[in-house]
Amino acid sequence: MLKNYFKTAIKVLWRHKLFTFISLFGISFTLLILIVIASFVDHTFGPVTPEKKLDRTLSVTMSILRSKSGGMAAGPLFSPYFLKRYVKSLKTPELVSLSSFHNPIITYKNNRKFNFALKFVDGEFWQILDFEFIEGRGFSTEDVEMRNPVAVISRETRDKYFEGESALGKTIEADGQNFRVIGIVENVSLLRIMPYSDIWVPLTYTKDDLNKICIMGGFPGWYAMILARDKSDLPIIQREFNKHLQEVEFPEGRWVSVNTGANTYAEAITRSLFRQEGDTKSPLLIFIFVLMFLFMLLPTVNLVNINISRILERSSEIGVRKAFGASSMTLIWQFITENVIITLIGGAISLFLAILVLMVINDSGMIPHLHLTLNYRVFMVSLVICLCFGLLSGVYPAYKMSRLNPVDALRGGQQ
Amino acid sequence: MIKLNGIEKVYQTEKIETLALYDINLEVERGEFLSVMGPSGCGKSTLLNIMGLLDEPTKGKVFIDGESTVSFKDRKRANVRNRKIGFIFQSYHLINDLSVVDNVELPLIYRTMSSAKRRKRALEALEKVGLSARTKHFPSQLSGGQRQRVAIARAIVGGPEILLADEPTGNLDSVMGGEILDILNKLVKESNTTIVMVTHDDSIAHQSDRIIRLFDGSQVN
Repeated sequence: MLKNYFKTAIKVLWRHKLFTFISLFGISFTLLILIVIASFVDHTFGPVTPEKKLDRTLSVTMSILRSKSGGMAAGPLFSPYFLKRYVKSLKTPELVSLSSFHNPIITYKNNRKFNFALKFVDGEFWQILDFEFIEGRGFSTEDVEMRNPVAVISRETRDKYFEGESALGKTIEADGQNFRVIGIVENVSLLRIMPYSDIWVPLTYTKDDLNKICIMGGFPGWYAMILARDKSDLPIIQREFNKHLQEVEFPEGRWVSVNTGANTYAEAITRSLFRQEGDTKSPLLIFIFVLMFLFMLLPTVNLVNINISRILERSSEIGVRKAFGASSMTLIWQFITENVIITLIGGAISLFLAILVLMVINDSGMIPHLHLTLNYRVFMVSLVICLCFGLLSGVYPAYKMSRLNPVDALRGGQQ
Repeated sequence: MIKLNGIEKVYQTEKIETLALYDINLEVERGEFLSVMGPSGCGKSTLLNIMGLLDEPTKGKVFIDGESTVSFKDRKRANVRNRKIGFIFQSYHLINDLSVVDNVELPLIYRTMSSAKRRKRALEALEKVGLSARTKHFPSQLSGGQRQRVAIARAIVGGPEILLADEPTGNLDSVMGGEILDILNKLVKESNTTIVMVTHDDSIAHQSDRIIRLFDGSQVN
């Protein structure tokens, strides 16, 4: 039966070349954009190097602070003191890391100016994240505590600053201080906020006072990464952190409440985007899916119209099929299958186009070190999107077709 | 084989009501070749469509093999059409996208049957109508007579007990029409198939076992 549907679908597509072109163009273009979005989402939130342990990682990044006067501040606001006192002290996690967000810095060498991103991190940072080391290693907790002037740099930083020569053991100047390079890592995309930087140095070199007793820190903010021993520990850690939050003291006197949580990265972004308080269980992904659905809706309606316009043309065939034993349900499945087939063909075309588009986006340099790919996750999402698109645009026309009275259908669809 | 009891069919639009059939009572025996005659618009095709469960009467009952079809739902009606009835239309109604053999296989794809067996039966049916040499052609490559033979092959491939033919020779010249009629006569004799044929051609109708005439939706003999 399926073989027969496939055969008919291919023949119908081949016979109506203009219709096929219009349909495939609409489908491919829509799916192309959705695949590129899916690739962006995967690249931003998926478990890619160096964030391979995302399934058992939480972060404390975003917060909403409320003042006595009813004012509010939201964003990556926490001070190192807050994170050390209320996050580092957690008992359940395997590791907790404290790091700054990246700072833009300017440095000079041989009268050449370089713009880099600098990040202050601790020793646990290198244990939680799985950086791809080209040379050397990350620094240890001891290096941080001893204030050893060591740095890890990215491949691009090495290529720019040291002009491609080996950088191990050489000195790089950052934020007015000299650091000895002990490791070179693969470039990290700017979209991976947690690990991203060009230069990583021990957090003890920050000009922020790490021990200043306050809730709110300075620019560009600090965050904590929490690695659970097992992903089943995540809710336990969240509960433990929430308990710590109930004991928060507000030394500045200005703030009266804090809203934050130990969240997954997607949840943390949601908290930031939507100023959401309380439960943040994956609304970002729901939001993205709703957006994708709405984006699909317009071409879907268009395709539904095109499909319905085919009804009259194929009504004689529907009449014949009904006369010779096809039930309405059989016809619904036939037309849905045909639609899914054309959508899958459109999907294959859009996958091919997506590879080209992703290459262009990656090479454009719009976002530093962006590396969008079509991995199996993106492929599976694309497949699901194709099937949804095929079903959405096929169900109504198929239903309408199947309801045709066989006699009317044989007459050419006239009632 | 087929029994019609008090069949009435009214076509209703917003403004007018048209009585297409009125009080039709008819019984067709197994293996009988019946012709339905009458002027254009007298309800011949409507009667055939009701007999073939393609259309429902406004009033009255249709019995197939002694079973009332009134309560049949879509799936059951489709199944009866598939197993017991074969249709031959005046304008052939072949699917242009499918080859001759694929067209003939059509009724069998709605049964549980292997593709090899389907193909075998389709080729046998085409052999019966003398079209073994045209199996891979497409309908557009055939003459009118050949297309009607394909339509007959499609109608008989599933071994139906009833063949409903709506002016099967209407679009053909007398020679081709004669050949088609020979095939139908042969089917009655060899397979004991019940045939109900709509025609307005007296000479063709007189080759059947019995003729009924309709006028303005009513049976007149």
